[in-house]
Amino acid sequence: MKQPASEARQGGPDAAAASQPPSTVTSADTAKDREPKGNRPALGLRLDVRSLSLLGVLLALVVVGGITKPDQFLDTNNLQLILTQASIIGVVTVGMTFVITSGGIDLSVGAIVALASVWATTLATQEFGFVGILFTAMVVGLACGLVNGLLIAYGGMVPFIATLAMLASARGLALQITDGKTQIVTVNSVLDLGIPDSYVLGIPPLVLVFAAVTIIGWLVLNRTTFGRRTVAVGGNAEAARLAGIDVRRQRLYLYLLSGLCCGIAAFLLIVLAGSGQNTNGNLYELDAIAAAIIGGTLLSGGRGTIVGSVLGVLVFTTITNIFALNNLQSDVQQIAKGAIIVAAVLVQRRTSRHGEA
Amino acid sequence: MPETSRRGMLFGTAAISAGALLTACTSNEPAKKETPAANNQPAAADDKPGKPVTIGFAGPQADHGWLAAINSNAKSRAEKYSEVTLDITEGSNDTAAQIGQVETLINKKVDVLVILPTDGKALTQVGLKAMRAGIPVINLDRIFASPQAYRCYIGGDNYGMGVSAGNYIGEKLKGKANAKVIELAGIDALELTQQRSQGFKDALKNYPNIELVARQAADFTVESGQAKMAQLLQAQSSFDALWNHDDDQGVGALRAIQQAGRKDFLMVGGAGAKSAMDAIKADNSVVKATVLYPPTMAASAIDLARALGQAKGIGGLAELEIPASVTLFSAVVDKTNVDQYLPTGFS
Repeated sequence: MKQPASEARQGGPDAAAASQPPSTVTSADTAKDREPKGNRPALGLRLDVRSLSLLGVLLALVVVGGITKPDQFLDTNNLQLILTQASIIGVVTVGMTFVITSGGIDLSVGAIVALASVWATTLATQEFGFVGILFTAMVVGLACGLVNGLLIAYGGMVPFIATLAMLASARGLALQITDGKTQIVTVNSVLDLGIPDSYVLGIPPLVLVFAAVTIIGWLVLNRTTFGRRTVAVGGNAEAARLAGIDVRRQRLYLYLLSGLCCGIAAFLLIVLAGSGQNTNGNLYELDAIAAAIIGGTLLSGGRGTIVGSVLGVLVFTTITNIFALNNLQSDVQQIAKGAIIVAAVLVQRRTSRHGEA
Repeated sequence: MPETSRRGMLFGTAAISAGALLTACTSNEPAKKETPAANNQPAAADDKPGKPVTIGFAGPQADHGWLAAINSNAKSRAEKYSEVTLDITEGSNDTAAQIGQVETLINKKVDVLVILPTDGKALTQVGLKAMRAGIPVINLDRIFASPQAYRCYIGGDNYGMGVSAGNYIGEKLKGKANAKVIELAGIDALELTQQRSQGFKDALKNYPNIELVARQAADFTVESGQAKMAQLLQAQSSFDALWNHDDDQGVGALRAIQQAGRKDFLMVGGAGAKSAMDAIKADNSVVKATVLYPPTMAASAIDLARALGQAKGIGGLAELEIPASVTLFSAVVDKTNVDQYLPTGFS
């Protein structure tokens, strides 16, 4: 586990540096000291400070949206739209948060969403209706997660490489299955889920699924043995092994979980877009990692927050929404998105330092 | 053939004098030009088998409807000719990888190259290299930066697509004061998207009653089409017409329109997918027309490549050689002519 940890540090120096004083990042020993003892009491407070600062960013965005486009932004339809658009990437991010918390990374999420979405809409699955599509999407997601997990946990592959290989092959397979063609869904019971008539108390079913996944994810990470083991493996895998945790099996389960989340997300995407396409889920891996990191999950593992991740997703979706409402073009959108990631992390860095001081 | 015979003359007979050699050479030159003219069955459209031709085909990754249709059009056209062998490289959206693939085809010494570059400007050099190696290049769709890099260009008219869409919408909204139009563009980083938008803008200048009130770029995918359209619909509570650059992302855009329950405008698509043409024919949605950018140009590129390989001209034209450039017309398909175009719609 030394390799992935060092790799994760290389991959996101600024994120790691931003989330804690640099001295603790570079030394594995201090991290070891910190995790079992120091982390527990500080956990609640530190997460709150982080989440609060992110909540502040979100509220600031809401104010910007409300000022620039008061009529359209605060409209119920628009709030439904933001939450719906956050749902798919949000479900993926919950799974990603678990994986990153364990010190791993899953670069294949977007490709798995693509593969699951096309598999669930081709190969006669549509003939089996709603259940066929949902079942196929979840099974394909789980199967990809299983391959990732076996390669990483039992094959000893670095997560970065194993999931990179999955990214390539799952997209290739998705392209092969569809031959580049858009698979249009004709199953009405699936399509109807994306139509306003299906809203429960004004909440779209996609958002309900997202909320359910978030709540279950939060409970599992914070209130179960499974969650504690995940944090322990990410904090220090060797210590976790000595403490009697089956680290390999835990890792396998985590990639399975990420794969399952991708399968669910693929189904939601099929509902939303009414089709399956091999280009689906493009760059989800980067969006999910970014959301988890600005949410306060440590890229080197050992600390994860579902609430932070979900807030991170909502920040991104809200930004996109405000830009579109104000008719800003995509070049401006991209620049501003980058600036806001930096700003959010800088704000967090200040607040978390104050929190620790 | 002429080269081998010349070499044969050079090396075969020591007895030939310098003068005789000179005569042979000079007389050979016009003969080279006359041969195709004399043998010319006047047509690329000529289906009779000629001499065997190997056509190398290098295109981008066929990861969405139109590009998938490009590949299948090229393949099925090549299968039509018994003497044509098609050597297709694996598609790639990576410029460097595609350069490598074209170089492989050059090394294999294919007779003619058909290249649909991921980025025309970036692949210009390798096009030049092929031409210098004596392999004529058919540049398909995305044009090279230098005309020296291709023997013949065939492609669609992106600017014209925008013009056709703008004029169609303009005519439909002619009597309406303060009409509002929105645009769902393709990938902004691609030159073709900028050309389509420019054409659209220029055409709308003919109709002072129309204002382009919003424009968002999507990614040519169903997912991006749905997401961007949903936000456009939220931003614009009422408008009269929408031009969507691509029928594939149009599937997503239509889904967003359906989800928002909106019917108060007309939509014009782009490229000519079967799903769009079906919707136009059924006439039960906002889709009223689509501007063509037909993938059949790939089949035509194979015809031109075969004609080049066999040194034929094009039937119906007086010229002995195929033209240097063919740009397709961006026709508008609406309810009045959809039956005629439906067979060319791609899925």
